Amino acid sequence: MRMATWLKVVLYVSWWLFWSALQAYALHTLSFSWESALSDALLSHILLGLAGVAVANIFRFYQPEGKNIIYLMSLAIGLTFLVQWVFQWLFPYLLLGNDIAYLAFAQKAAPFRIAYQGLMIAFMVLFGWLWFYVKDQHRKNQHISEVDNMRKEAELFNLRQQLQPHFLFNSLNSISSLVKIKPEEARGMIQQLSDFLRGTLRKDPQQMVSLAEEIRQMELYLSIEKVRFGSRLQSRLEISEEALQAHIPPLLLQPLLENAIKYGLYDTLEPIEIILKAERKNDMLQIRLENPFDSSTRQAAGTGFGQRSVARRLYLLFGRNDLLQIKQTDTHYAVLVKIPQETNEQK
Amino acid sequence: MSEAKKILLIDDEPLARNLVLEYLQDFPQLQVVAECGNGYEGLKAIQEHQPDLIFLDIQMPKINGFEMLELVETPPAVIFTTAFDEFALQAFEAHAVDYLLKPFSQERFAKSVQKWLSQPQAQPAAVKQLLQETPVNPENKNRIVVKEGSVIKIIALPEVMYFEAYDDYVKIHTSQGFFLKKTTMASLENMLNAQEFVRVHRSYLLNVAYLTRIEPYDKDTQLALLKNGNRLNVSRAGYAKIKEVLGL
Repeated sequence: MRMATWLKVVLYVSWWLFWSALQAYALHTLSFSWESALSDALLSHILLGLAGVAVANIFRFYQPEGKNIIYLMSLAIGLTFLVQWVFQWLFPYLLLGNDIAYLAFAQKAAPFRIAYQGLMIAFMVLFGWLWFYVKDQHRKNQHISEVDNMRKEAELFNLRQQLQPHFLFNSLNSISSLVKIKPEEARGMIQQLSDFLRGTLRKDPQQMVSLAEEIRQMELYLSIEKVRFGSRLQSRLEISEEALQAHIPPLLLQPLLENAIKYGLYDTLEPIEIILKAERKNDMLQIRLENPFDSSTRQAAGTGFGQRSVARRLYLLFGRNDLLQIKQTDTHYAVLVKIPQETNEQK
Repeated sequence: MSEAKKILLIDDEPLARNLVLEYLQDFPQLQVVAECGNGYEGLKAIQEHQPDLIFLDIQMPKINGFEMLELVETPPAVIFTTAFDEFALQAFEAHAVDYLLKPFSQERFAKSVQKWLSQPQAQPAAVKQLLQETPVNPENKNRIVVKEGSVIKIIALPEVMYFEAYDDYVKIHTSQGFFLKKTTMASLENMLNAQEFVRVHRSYLLNVAYLTRIEPYDKDTQLALLKNGNRLNVSRAGYAKIKEVLGL
């Protein structure tokens, strides 16, 4: 709720005018002259109004931690007596009509005045404290969620950015080799590499893409790797028509594909086949990526950075820890990924 | 022209080997005797051809370039070829072992070969030093590769109970018996995680996970009892080290 400053000032002044009028009227009914009643009412409420401004400024610059009752009470009591003291000092000079009887009455009525001022000031202190407390809390919350968002974004960005330098340099080496013997293939590989790299750029990691798009990117990667490793690397994709339309965070599968190729190729001497399956089950896109695996040379595989980063990304995006699973046999290693789909998609 | 030198190419990417082949055309006195796609083939080819120089990739199937070299009795001259391996590069620099970063230019390649031709003895010595002193393969630190006859065996480190000094060799004791590897206790100690493997004695490097008890033996020595019932001597210095690792 945002209010213009002038409106706040008008409201604040009206509030005190209202109480002044009330007091002046009360005094007038006690058969004092309008001059005396008005000068008393106006002076005391102008002082109260100034005290209110002081309270607001104090809270703007200093917020007592939690519920510091003693601080609030001393502030209220101190202000009450200050207002009373200033009033007693100024009033004889400002009293219109110079009514001596009224001065005497004002002296006698001091305890009531103090009680009234005390109540008013206590109310302002309490209100001021609440006002700024709520404001401060709101700002803190906003700050926390902002920091949280930034951290999340940076983390997602980092998790996505882990492109294997091996891949890039080895691909360039292959191109360098192809240039002389098969220039056409060299050009083709440059094209694929460029398309792949472009695909890894400028993608909002929180924005979903279709599985079809993700698969295109994976196929680029696979075809580059196939040039590098020749007949040792084969792949098979089994993706249902329905799954192609499903949504997935961009490049989510990339680290898993890199792992599958790496562990597949480096765990065996024989040619290997990477198998990618995807289907849609109700509101879940289910993906299975499988590679050959030799349990005798590699135990506890899959605790590497790539897999952890995918699990972390899934957690940040969906708040769930059960979306990535490992199925491991003596000869095969499979990663299962589930992506929750919006059931009723609005276009 | 001097006599032909025998060259061996070991790289799992055919195109990468092809590039070296192409660059080698400038050196007719260098004759490629074999091309290998992995360390196993590489080992066989080294035995068969006794090459003068190997172009060796690091990342390869099953066993990497370093692990393969560890299994060679007397390593020949090696020029490593790798795309990216920060750790290995530091080791190469430290030991003046030559390497080529993929993709490398023809000029850079020629420089390496010229350097080797001018002092062919320097490289094997540097490689030997490198293998002894540096834990060069952090990614495969959790395993150790041995050769029994013509069979290559990869042993996971958690399976190793302890290492025992054995002349020029080290005996690797596992629950399935022991294996021999030509290396030194110092280089093993250097390579292994000091929190897992403790040099309890001049002759023993113990996997702490297999320790069940330590008891006094005589004035200066203690005995370490292992899970399988084996007993190892523990020296005074070794006792101090193991107490530190166990936080006693």
